[in-house]
Amino acid sequence: MPEMTVIEAVREALREEMERDTTVFTMGEDIGARGGVFLATEGFIDQFGAGRVIDTPLAEASIGGIALGAAVNGMRPVAEIEFGDFIWPAVNQIIGEAARVRYGTQGRRTAPMVLRVPYGGGVRGGLFHSQSIEVAFAHQPGLKVIAPATPYDAKGLLKSAIRDDDPVIFFEHKRTYRLVKGDVPDGDYTIPIGQADVKRTGSDMTIVSYGLVLHYCLEAAATLAEEGIDVEVVDLRTLRPLDTGTVLESVRKTSKAMVVHEDTKAGGIGGEIAAVIAEEAFEDLDAPVKRLAGPEVPAMPFSPLLEAEFMPSAEKIATAIRELAAY
Amino acid sequence: MALIGIELPQVGESVTEAVIGKWLKQPGETVEKFDALVEVVTDKVSMEFPAPHTGTLKSIIAEEGETVPMGAVIAEMDVDDAIAQAAVEASEKQAEAPAPNLVGTLIQGANVGPTGGTFRDTALDDQLAERAPAASMASASPPVTQTMAGRSYSPVVSRLAAANGIDLSTVTGTGRGGRVTKQDVQAAIDAGPESAPAPATTPVVHEGPLGEDRVIEPSPIRRMIADHMVRSVNEIPHAWSTIEVDMTGLVACRTAQRETFRERHGVDLTFLAFTAYAASHALRDNPLVNSSWEDGKIRLKGRVNLGLAVAAPDGLVVPVIHDADREGISGLAKRIAPLVERARSGSLALDDVQGGTFTLNNTGTLGSVLGGAIINHPQAAIVTTESIVKRPVVISGPQGDAIAIRSMMNICLSFDHRIIDGAEASAFMQNFKRGLEAWNTDSELN
Repeated sequence: MPEMTVIEAVREALREEMERDTTVFTMGEDIGARGGVFLATEGFIDQFGAGRVIDTPLAEASIGGIALGAAVNGMRPVAEIEFGDFIWPAVNQIIGEAARVRYGTQGRRTAPMVLRVPYGGGVRGGLFHSQSIEVAFAHQPGLKVIAPATPYDAKGLLKSAIRDDDPVIFFEHKRTYRLVKGDVPDGDYTIPIGQADVKRTGSDMTIVSYGLVLHYCLEAAATLAEEGIDVEVVDLRTLRPLDTGTVLESVRKTSKAMVVHEDTKAGGIGGEIAAVIAEEAFEDLDAPVKRLAGPEVPAMPFSPLLEAEFMPSAEKIATAIRELAAY
Repeated sequence: MALIGIELPQVGESVTEAVIGKWLKQPGETVEKFDALVEVVTDKVSMEFPAPHTGTLKSIIAEEGETVPMGAVIAEMDVDDAIAQAAVEASEKQAEAPAPNLVGTLIQGANVGPTGGTFRDTALDDQLAERAPAASMASASPPVTQTMAGRSYSPVVSRLAAANGIDLSTVTGTGRGGRVTKQDVQAAIDAGPESAPAPATTPVVHEGPLGEDRVIEPSPIRRMIADHMVRSVNEIPHAWSTIEVDMTGLVACRTAQRETFRERHGVDLTFLAFTAYAASHALRDNPLVNSSWEDGKIRLKGRVNLGLAVAAPDGLVVPVIHDADREGISGLAKRIAPLVERARSGSLALDDVQGGTFTLNNTGTLGSVLGGAIINHPQAAIVTTESIVKRPVVISGPQGDAIAIRSMMNICLSFDHRIIDGAEASAFMQNFKRGLEAWNTDSELN
């Protein structure tokens, strides 16, 4: 199996889908001649032509609206929002409209569109190139929200997203693009949307995470294994619909749980996971469910020191695991 | 002029390394600040890197075609001293901050499902290692410490106990503040219902046919003692020393004053009170014996907290008399009696067993005359006081040598040879010996 980076996995998935299905096309800012700011669509314009690889104006509302219009008329657009931080003008098109197409037409129409959204910090991007915005969309019924952590998951899930008949927001953590490498099988495969993945098995506690921070969790778990604390790490992979079954099965086994994410804490995914555990697995708990998340500040600070303070790290996670283990 | 290194700057988000393209200036050439110095190619961008300072290009370190990580020194320049100073300061400022985008290293083959590969963010590791443990996020959750005085039980503990008929008040908790954890209940369940009332104390014996070996499941305390002993022997290079003490005077003193002492103080006048008194004062005079080896340094303890090895039903326990050197014989006798009683009845409080700095083991009560004790880790030494035995002893007096019947006792010291050599050990032992031989029938007991 060839090893590739996350961005290469994304590129391969999109390329193979566009080769497989002529209704799939891609659009976004600088994705054509420039190949995208992260080079997700490098070479696409030469392979597929400007008709299927469309450079758009810097206007996210239009990107969302055009994608929706194409989707309800039989195409399968894959639009790139250059940075997740800039998605807000398109929220009416995504949440106000696309999420409600199937429900509002009693299933007569669907909107098979994908928005690829680079997100997340730890990249010195400051206030406007670092945000974690996934929870705003994970809250919305009618959308599917994916946030893979590894190249294998990125490729298999992006293919599933493109083939899905409903709008999918596909979050790609910028920091993982070139830093995280992993084996990806040759050829076509898909990973079902809505399935979490136990990335490490353990018996003493369950850590639930996704995206970049998942890798820090695995690193912390490896450290703690040397201290005799056996940690299970669950990668959500999909944020809506949540795979509560996998989470609950793990927590029923370990009786302790912690959710780790880079996004801020209040109203975050961690709160939802904690609530599900409290509702469904109360009698199996041996400790309060913990959340380790970003601090309650409006955006990623620009100062490198403050950014490091904001971001979860393997060390912070290990400290929290020790506390929970000692409870 | 001063020579400074030119570092490859961060070029674009998510990029970790770059390929050096064509050098646009050659060594020896004068360079103006912002002159294009070299082409830098990443998988995202290709750009001309401008000279950060005015000066002379001295040498090229990263050759054309070489792949280098962000932040690597790629060339050296001769610049004005003032510029160099400013560059150093800027670089130091930069060094204070992590460069998370630059220095990740992949660790392959880790446990990451079908895809393999996790990465370690080495820059952040280093930064965070230098700082205090990440307080703001790690402590973002409310502290889980809570008093378990009222014995509240978590849902899973309650459910398991109810389903298996376990009386939780009999289960020893190993969680924070003595909380009963799921593992504790599981252990009680595994120990079986008949031993449930005292799962920690009753060894489970698997009976075999007559004449065959039997395997005993050690109690938790037995296991703890085992671990503790192994650790001490593995870690501490033990050395031993034994000397004889003439206890005749002390025995006479005790015999003569035992009754009056009991009437006055309400406790028995034990040999242990005397040995504890002598040991405490010898420790005060020999601080190296009252110390511990910690990470390559020797910590001299500010207090003399004397641990007393006591045989309790579950195994050895070492309750502690804090500040033993501040007590007289009567004070020690009054404190030892209830402490030993609590140890034997298994009702020691946490404070009773914490903070010991040295251990006194009265093995003489067991009939032993010589011993080589294992040090109570992490203390520096342990002493045993052996049986007092009447023996014929040669005594030198003004009239020459004579054989007399004397009450003799061996005291045996095991000491951490990293901290103490024979000389210090002997000084302590001689001091201890003098403290035990100083008594006679008329001695005033303070």
